Amino acid sequence: MLHIDQLTLQLPYYRRWWQRDWATCFENISLTILPGEVHAIVGASGAGKSLLAYTILGLLPEGAKTNGQLFFQSEPLTPARQQRLRGRELALIPQSLNALDPLARSQRQVSWAALRAGQPKATAWQSAHQALTHYQLDEHAQRAFPHELSGGMARRVLTAMAHVSHANLIIADEPSVGLDPQQRDRVLMALKALADQGKAVILITHDLRHALPIADNVTIMRQGLCVETTTTAAFQGHGDALHSGYAKALWHALPDNAFTSPIIMNALEEPSVA
Amino acid sequence: MRVTQWLAFRLLRLGLVLLCVATLSFGLVMLSPIDPVDAYLGPQMAQVSPEQRAIIAHRWGFDTPPAAQFGHWLRQLLSGDLGWSHIYNRPVSEVIGERFYRSIALLGSAWLLSALVGFVLGVMAGAKEGSLLDRLISAYAYITASTPTFWLGILGLLLFSVYLGWTPVCCAGPTGTLSQDVSTLTRLHHLALPVATLTLLGIANITLHTRSRMVALMRSDIATHAFAQGASRFDVAWRQGLRHASLPALTLAFASLGELFGGSILIEQVFAYPGLGQATVEAGLRSDVPLLLGIALFTALFVSVGNLIADTLYRLVDPRIGQTSS
Amino acid sequence: MRPTQPHLYTLGYILLSGSLLALLISSHWWLGTTPAHMQFDARLIPPGGNHWLGTDALGRELWARTLAGLRISFWVGLSAALLGTTIALSLAALSTLSRQMDALVSLLIDTLLSVPHLILLLLIAFALGGGTQAVIIAVALTHWPSLARVLRAELLTLRHAPYIRISRSLGKSRGFILFHHLLPHVLPHCLVGALLLFPHAILHEAALTFLGVGLDPSQPAIGVLLAEAMRYITAGYWWLGVFPGLGLLMMVLCIDRLAFHLRRAL
Repeated sequence: MLHIDQLTLQLPYYRRWWQRDWATCFENISLTILPGEVHAIVGASGAGKSLLAYTILGLLPEGAKTNGQLFFQSEPLTPARQQRLRGRELALIPQSLNALDPLARSQRQVSWAALRAGQPKATAWQSAHQALTHYQLDEHAQRAFPHELSGGMARRVLTAMAHVSHANLIIADEPSVGLDPQQRDRVLMALKALADQGKAVILITHDLRHALPIADNVTIMRQGLCVETTTTAAFQGHGDALHSGYAKALWHALPDNAFTSPIIMNALEEPSVA
Repeated sequence: MRVTQWLAFRLLRLGLVLLCVATLSFGLVMLSPIDPVDAYLGPQMAQVSPEQRAIIAHRWGFDTPPAAQFGHWLRQLLSGDLGWSHIYNRPVSEVIGERFYRSIALLGSAWLLSALVGFVLGVMAGAKEGSLLDRLISAYAYITASTPTFWLGILGLLLFSVYLGWTPVCCAGPTGTLSQDVSTLTRLHHLALPVATLTLLGIANITLHTRSRMVALMRSDIATHAFAQGASRFDVAWRQGLRHASLPALTLAFASLGELFGGSILIEQVFAYPGLGQATVEAGLRSDVPLLLGIALFTALFVSVGNLIADTLYRLVDPRIGQTSS
Repeated sequence: MRPTQPHLYTLGYILLSGSLLALLISSHWWLGTTPAHMQFDARLIPPGGNHWLGTDALGRELWARTLAGLRISFWVGLSAALLGTTIALSLAALSTLSRQMDALVSLLIDTLLSVPHLILLLLIAFALGGGTQAVIIAVALTHWPSLARVLRAELLTLRHAPYIRISRSLGKSRGFILFHHLLPHVLPHCLVGALLLFPHAILHEAALTFLGVGLDPSQPAIGVLLAEAMRYITAGYWWLGVFPGLGLLMMVLCIDRLAFHLRRAL
């Protein structure tokens, strides 16, 4: 569904008042995401995960420089095509709950998403209702303003906004942040359900534990580089199926695993890749 | 806090502030080096003997200590009597009432127009930061914010009244005509240029404020999310921008009544429009203390009520505040 | 996700407005202007030729009078802005001392903010009897409240900051905390505040003078020039009304943009 080929992103910044420089956010990223799969992108903050999402959607700030190619459904994803497909074929579940408009009720916001996806005015309001009901938000929550919703409910409103667009590629940016385990599983299962309908889901997270239960494939990113892409099955036992030291270190660092293993120390002493 | 309770508290505070304004203005007037008897007499100063001066001073209470004068004035004030204006030779309340009635047409239309036009320009500029339209509107706003009000009036007078002859040079009606004989159309004709000048200057504030709100919205997660849904900038400005910017703009419009009134003083002076602003200048120049005090109190009430409306609007309309207060 | 600011542009702006202002203020020395010099054979001459901006009814050069007026405006505005900032800072500092003091200061702020600036200016100028000093004091006294409100809020939040609490629990006196911790923190705000007050101060001085209660009419202040021009514009002597105001607009705009860009750069 989505193929990323040797993608590099650079953003300008000012070293001094007159001296412009380029900061490389990520470099030579290559990925393929198939329909019906949940593909997790895991990395520490600053690894370039969110910027990768914005690059796919074409929402980068002015002046950003990209290199490499994007293909969506086997056709090149040009800026013009990105603009056309945003909200219709490509959907984003943003990281921050601040993305909800504080001055509009949930149902209205979801109906806007439906309108923006090209639904006629007559049905948008109704499909917003259906989408919210699908995510177990009752009448009261549908009429509520965002500040009246709990974190989990707000996250489900955001998911409903992506759902109502009927997009085929859904990028979820840190959907599990700030939720209690029960709410988190609910949100993650909702993503898994979307994949089971044949959509492609990119799950961006910093926590490997949240990705493993639902992901089919996992890409580990570190400091703007793709460290390793592997199947979820590779994260097993001592992690012998993992190739890179960093991925092994991440796996071993999980509380249930042997996090005292000396491998971690070696992995972290690897020369920095950026 | 409940809304009614809050409102009662605010009204009490308003009363306290007005009392302070009364004390402050009275204190300032008492500081003045201008002799009140001289001010009362005006040009006839030289024709009056010391005995007569004493009689005048006694009649108006100028010979009592300031504290006693203040007490007397405050008691009068509480019984609804603002005093006697000696330059118009009428009660102050009558002068203010009549002048304000004339000014309200100027103030009201300039207020409405500048709020509306300012808001629309601000939304248009802020919708796309850095666009040509944004740069033009911002430049306009920055320039008018730095323009002396009365100078713009002079320019308008030069261009439209002197060179083009489209608008009259002065006053609220043709000179030599009684005000009740002036038709509505003539009145509007005389109002057009003052209103336009006051509006042009009032726009800047609302525009810049609305623009910054819009720019903040367009840079926020809310807008990024909307763009990710395929919304255009116009879509975001229309559906979300108006919601976010209209309440702050309305609040600012109510909160800037004082500035508007200040502008109207200058504009009325330039166009010789016989409104409250012109009366203020007259009272200041010819030391009509009761009128000056009356106007200070009246405008303070006017501005405070504007501020109160602004705050109340926020409490009633913004869902976030409404929730926490109930 | 915001675009990076064009820094070079900011620097250029600061240099440009700064040097324009420096030129204006120093024009007194390098032009040797004579704003009061009367030419009896050159009265009310339109701009052009030897008389760049024309002459007034007494044959005085308008350009010389405009420049002199701008210099007066500059210094009066600067003094008023500095005085206003000092008042704002002192009262904001006072309000941190005790609850009663704070209530008193905020009542004073509310009182002054509820009277329209120009009315308050008229009252103060009336109380002080006009003249340069009176105008400076009047403008300073009317313009401090909004800045004081900002500084007060800043100081009040700082007062509860952990490092201030630690300092207090270590037994430091209020005065020590005020001078060693609080004031250094708000000084940049004061600088920006003064810069923002400056254009307002200039415009209000000109307005007050124009109304006839400000600077002495014998001085070539912009307000005086424009009030004089009012008598001649219906007769078509447009330059008397246009140039002094244009000069004032340009100077205020320069200062305003300078303040804007300095604030962004700081």
